[in-house]
Amino acid sequence: MTSATLSTPKAKARLGDRVFSASTVVAGSLILATLAAVAIFLVVQSLPAIFAKAGTLPNDAANFWTYVWPLVFGTIWAALLALIVATPLSIGIALFISHYAPRRVAQSLGYIIDLLAAVPSVVFGLWGIATLSGFVQPFYTWLGANLGWFPLFAPPISGTGRTILTAALVLAVMVIPIMTAICREVFLQTPRLHEEAALALGATRWEMVRMAVLPFARSGIISAIMLGLGRALGETLAIAMVLSPAIVVKFAVLQAQSPNTIAANIALQFPEATGVSVNALIASGLVLFVVTLLINMLARYIVNRRKAFSGAN
Amino acid sequence: MNLKRLGAPIVLAVVATIALSSCAANEAPAESGSTTTAAAEKFSGTLNGIGSSAQGAAQTTWVAGFQQNNPDATINYDPQGSGAGRTSFISGAADFAGSDAALKDTELAGAFALCAAGTKGIDLPVYISPIAIAYNVDGLKDLKLDADTIAGIFSGAITTWDDAKIKALNKDATLPSAPITVVHRSDDSGTTQNFTEYLAANAKTVWTSPASQTFPFQVGDAAKGTSGVADATKNAANSITYIDESGSAGLSIAQLKVGDSFVKLSAAGAADVVSKSPIASGREDNDLAIAIDRTNTDKNAWPLVLVSYVIACQQYQDADKAALVKGYVNYIVTDAAQKAAAEQAGSAPLSADLAKKVAAAAATIK
Amino acid sequence: MTTATLRATSLPNSLTAGKLPRGTTWMVLVGSWIVFGAIFGVIAAAGGGAKSFNIVGAVFFGTVLFDVVIFVISLLVEGIRKAQDRLVTSLVATAFIIALLPLISLAWTVVSNGLARFDIAFFSQSMRNVIGEGGGALHAIVGTLLVTLAAAIISVPIGLLTSIYLVEYGRGMLARGITFFVDVMTGIPSIVAGLFAYALFALFFGPGIRSGFMGAIALSVLMIPVVVRSSEEILRLVPNELREASYALGVPKWLTVLRIVLPTSLAGLTTGIMLAIARVIGETAPLLIVCGFTTSMNYDLFKDRMMTLPVFVYTQYTQAAGLNAQASIDRAWTAALALILIVMLLNLAGRIIAKIFAPKYGR
Repeated sequence: MTSATLSTPKAKARLGDRVFSASTVVAGSLILATLAAVAIFLVVQSLPAIFAKAGTLPNDAANFWTYVWPLVFGTIWAALLALIVATPLSIGIALFISHYAPRRVAQSLGYIIDLLAAVPSVVFGLWGIATLSGFVQPFYTWLGANLGWFPLFAPPISGTGRTILTAALVLAVMVIPIMTAICREVFLQTPRLHEEAALALGATRWEMVRMAVLPFARSGIISAIMLGLGRALGETLAIAMVLSPAIVVKFAVLQAQSPNTIAANIALQFPEATGVSVNALIASGLVLFVVTLLINMLARYIVNRRKAFSGAN
Repeated sequence: MNLKRLGAPIVLAVVATIALSSCAANEAPAESGSTTTAAAEKFSGTLNGIGSSAQGAAQTTWVAGFQQNNPDATINYDPQGSGAGRTSFISGAADFAGSDAALKDTELAGAFALCAAGTKGIDLPVYISPIAIAYNVDGLKDLKLDADTIAGIFSGAITTWDDAKIKALNKDATLPSAPITVVHRSDDSGTTQNFTEYLAANAKTVWTSPASQTFPFQVGDAAKGTSGVADATKNAANSITYIDESGSAGLSIAQLKVGDSFVKLSAAGAADVVSKSPIASGREDNDLAIAIDRTNTDKNAWPLVLVSYVIACQQYQDADKAALVKGYVNYIVTDAAQKAAAEQAGSAPLSADLAKKVAAAAATIK
Repeated sequence: MTTATLRATSLPNSLTAGKLPRGTTWMVLVGSWIVFGAIFGVIAAAGGGAKSFNIVGAVFFGTVLFDVVIFVISLLVEGIRKAQDRLVTSLVATAFIIALLPLISLAWTVVSNGLARFDIAFFSQSMRNVIGEGGGALHAIVGTLLVTLAAAIISVPIGLLTSIYLVEYGRGMLARGITFFVDVMTGIPSIVAGLFAYALFALFFGPGIRSGFMGAIALSVLMIPVVVRSSEEILRLVPNELREASYALGVPKWLTVLRIVLPTSLAGLTTGIMLAIARVIGETAPLLIVCGFTTSMNYDLFKDRMMTLPVFVYTQYTQAAGLNAQASIDRAWTAALALILIVMLLNLAGRIIAKIFAPKYGR
C-alpha cells in the first residue's frame, strides 16, 4: 500500500493502528481456521468411504471414485449451464439499472431484483416443480422434435420437464440477483470523469460503457461470476426438488434421467443413510469442496493473467 | 463507528423485541381443555425424538394429543429421517427414534448410549401405512395389476400401457397405446424399501434386484418425497408410481392381485397383514420388529405395506426419561391416538391385538 | 407520423438528419409484440394450446424480434455506431424483462397461495398442541429472527474486518490465501455446514446438543464468504484519492478506514450484507440438523430446539397428509410469504439506514 511506504520514514506506530490492523488479521485468520476445521472434519469423516471395500458403498459402486464421478459431472454441468444463462443476463440487468434506466426508477428496479435473492430455496424448488417445469416442457418437446440431431437436445424428451436444463434455469434465477447486485455496485463505482470524458469525445452510450465501465469493472464481474458459481455448485434443496436424478454421465439436457449434483444427492440420501453411506455422502461433500477449489484456482489464474486496475492499487 | 454494520442487527433486534413482547397466544398455561383425561398420572419433562419423516405427521398429532393431556410435558420430534434417527438414538442424541426399519443386527451388536449397560434398544411398531400403486391415465379406472406386471413396469420391461401383460389383466378396460411414465422416489426411503421388498418376494423372476431403500433401476422420472412423487405423477400424462396411500389424493389407485383375487386397498387389510406377520426372531423379548409376510393371501389382505417403529431403550439410565417414554408410547397405541393419526396423517390404525402387544412391551420399559 | 411534424417545424437540420424520430423505439416494440401475439394467436387457434403459455411466449419472442428490428432500422438510418448503441440498449432492457418474468411468476405463486392464512392467528400462535387447522408460525418467526441475528452478529464483523484486511492491509501469502479460500468457502454445501456445526458442538457438549446458536454457527460458515467477497469488491472501488487526501491531512490509517473508506462504500456494503442475510435466512437442511424441530416457543438461543421458518415451510409442506392436508400446505405458503416479507423489511431498513448515513455522492 502506498501509505506504508509513505509512513515508514516517520514510523510512529499508533495504538489505534496496531489494534485495528491486528483485529483485521485475526478476523482473516479466523476464516482460515474455520475452513481448516471444516476441511479436517470432512477428511476425517471421508476416510472410511474412500477406502471402503466394494459392495459396502451405495449404488453398488465398485469404489468411491466410480460412485462420485457421475455426481461431480452433474454438479459441474448444471452449474455451467446455469452460469451460461445467468452471466449475460446479470450483466445486462446491472447495466440497465446502473446506466440505462431512468435515474428515478433505477433504485427501485435494483430493489426488485434484490427481492429474488430473498426467496428461500424451498420456494424456488416448489416453483420449479409447480410452474417452471410445466412451462418449459412444450419447448423441450419442440426442441427434441426439431433439433433432436443436436447431441444436447437428444431425445427421449422428459414428459415432466424436470430435467437438468430446468434445474439449471432455476439455479440461474437464484444466482442472478447475487451477480446482478455485485455487478451493479461495481458499475456504479466507475469514475464519473471517465464516463463523462468518453461521452464528451462523442462516444455513444454503448461505446462509453465498453470503453469506461466494463474495463473498470472486469475484476468485479469475475468476482460476481465466482460468487454465482459458488452458489450454483453448492445449491441443495432446489435441485433436489426440481431435478429427476439418475446415476448417469451424459450431456443431453432434455432427458428424464439427468445426472445428479453432489449437494442435491447429499440432501436426498442423507436422511436415510447409515454406516458407510453417511461417510460416502460426506466424502462427496469433500469432493465438491475440492472441485470448488480447482475451479477457483482456474478462475484466479485467468483473472491474474489480465489483471485489471482498480481504485485501491 | 460504521453504522451500517450495526444497522441490520438493530432492525433485527427491534423486530425481535416486538415479537418477543407477545407470547404465543396458544401457549398460555393450559387450564381448560385438559378435562378429557381421567388418567391419574401426569407426565412432565422434555423428550426429544429424531427419525422417520414418514411418521412426522402422525408424530405431530400424537405430540399435540399427549401434551394436551400433560401440559407440563414437551415432546420434540425432528423428522430428519430414519437413518439419522437410529444413528442419533444409538449415539445418545435422541431419547427415542422413529424408524421405517427395525434396528439392524450390526446396530444391535453395539452399545446404546442412553440405555443401561448391557441393555439394548427395542422396536415398537406404531405406524402402518399402506403403499398404493397410483396412476394418472385419462379415462382409465379400476386398473388391475399383479406383482409380475408391476415389477415389469417399474423395471422398464413393460413400456406401454397396451402391453399384452397389462391387457391380459384388464380385459374390459380401454388402455391407451401410450408409453408409460414411471415415477419413483429420488431420495432413499422406507417406502421404496417396502415396495422393492414386496416385488422381490412376489415377482422373483422379473424383479431381479434385492430389496433396497434406493430405487434400483434407471427408469422414468424420479422425484423427492411423497409430495414430489405425487406432483410429478399428477403433472405427467400416462404415469404410474408407488406412493404412501396418504399422499395419493387426486390419483387413481390400482387393484392388486393377492392370491387369486384382486384386492382394493384398505387400511384394515394393511393392518391385518401386519398383525398376522411373525415377529422377527433372535431379538430381545420385547422387541416387536415385524417380518412382514409379503405373501399373505387372505381375503382383502394388502401386503404392500410399510411399518414404522418407535425405537426406545429396554432400560434407560435415567428413570424419569423411562417413565416419560413409557407414557408416550402407551398413549401412541391407544385407540384415540391411532384414530387421530389415521385422520390427520392418513395412516392405518394398528389392529387391536397388535396395539395390545405393543402396550405390553412398552410397559416393560424401565 | 412524427417525422412529418419535425420536418414541418424546421429546415433539414444537420444535427437531426441521421436520427430516428422520437417514439420509433416504442412503436417498434409494440409492433413486435403485436406480430408475435398474432402468430401465437394463430397457433393457439389451430392447436388449442394453453392460453397463458402463449401470452408469455408472445412477450418474450416479441421482445426478441424488437431487438432485431430496431438494430436493422437504426443501421439503415443512423449508421453502425448508433445501431450498436440501440441494440445494446434494447438487449439490456430485454435482459431486465426476462429477469422480471420469473420474479413475477414466483411472487404470484407465493402471494396467491400464501394469502389464505395471512391472518392474526398465524403471527400470534405457535404450533404447540395444534392438530389440523389453525395454529401459526410465531415460534418459527422468532426462531428465524434470533438465529439470523446471531449469525449476522458473528459474520458481519468477521467478514467486514477480513475484507478490510484484504483491501487495506493484506499483502503476501496470508492475503492471497484468504482471498482464495474464501472463494472455496462459498462452495461448501449447506448441509455440510450443518454437519460441521453439529460435530463441533457434539465434541464439547455431547451428542444430544441442539440449540439456535449452533444454527447461527452453521449459517455463519455460509454467510461469511458472501460478506467478505462482496465487501472486498466494494472497498476496492473506493478511490485512492480519498485515502491519500486523508493521509495527507495526518489522519491515522485506522481512522481513515473507519471514517473515510467505510462511509464512502456504505451503500454497497449494505447491499452485500443484505444479500448475505438473504442467502442464509432461507437455509433449511443445516437448521433441521442443528436447530431441530419443535412446535413450541423458545426464546433461548443457547438451550433446546428452536424452530425456524424454512424448516417450518419444509415440514409443513412435506408432512401435508390426511384430512387437513390443505391447512398444512396453506401454512407452508404463508410461512414462505412471511419469510420473503421479513427479508424485504430487513432490506428496506438496511437501505434507509445506509441512505441516512452515507455521504452525499455524485450519483
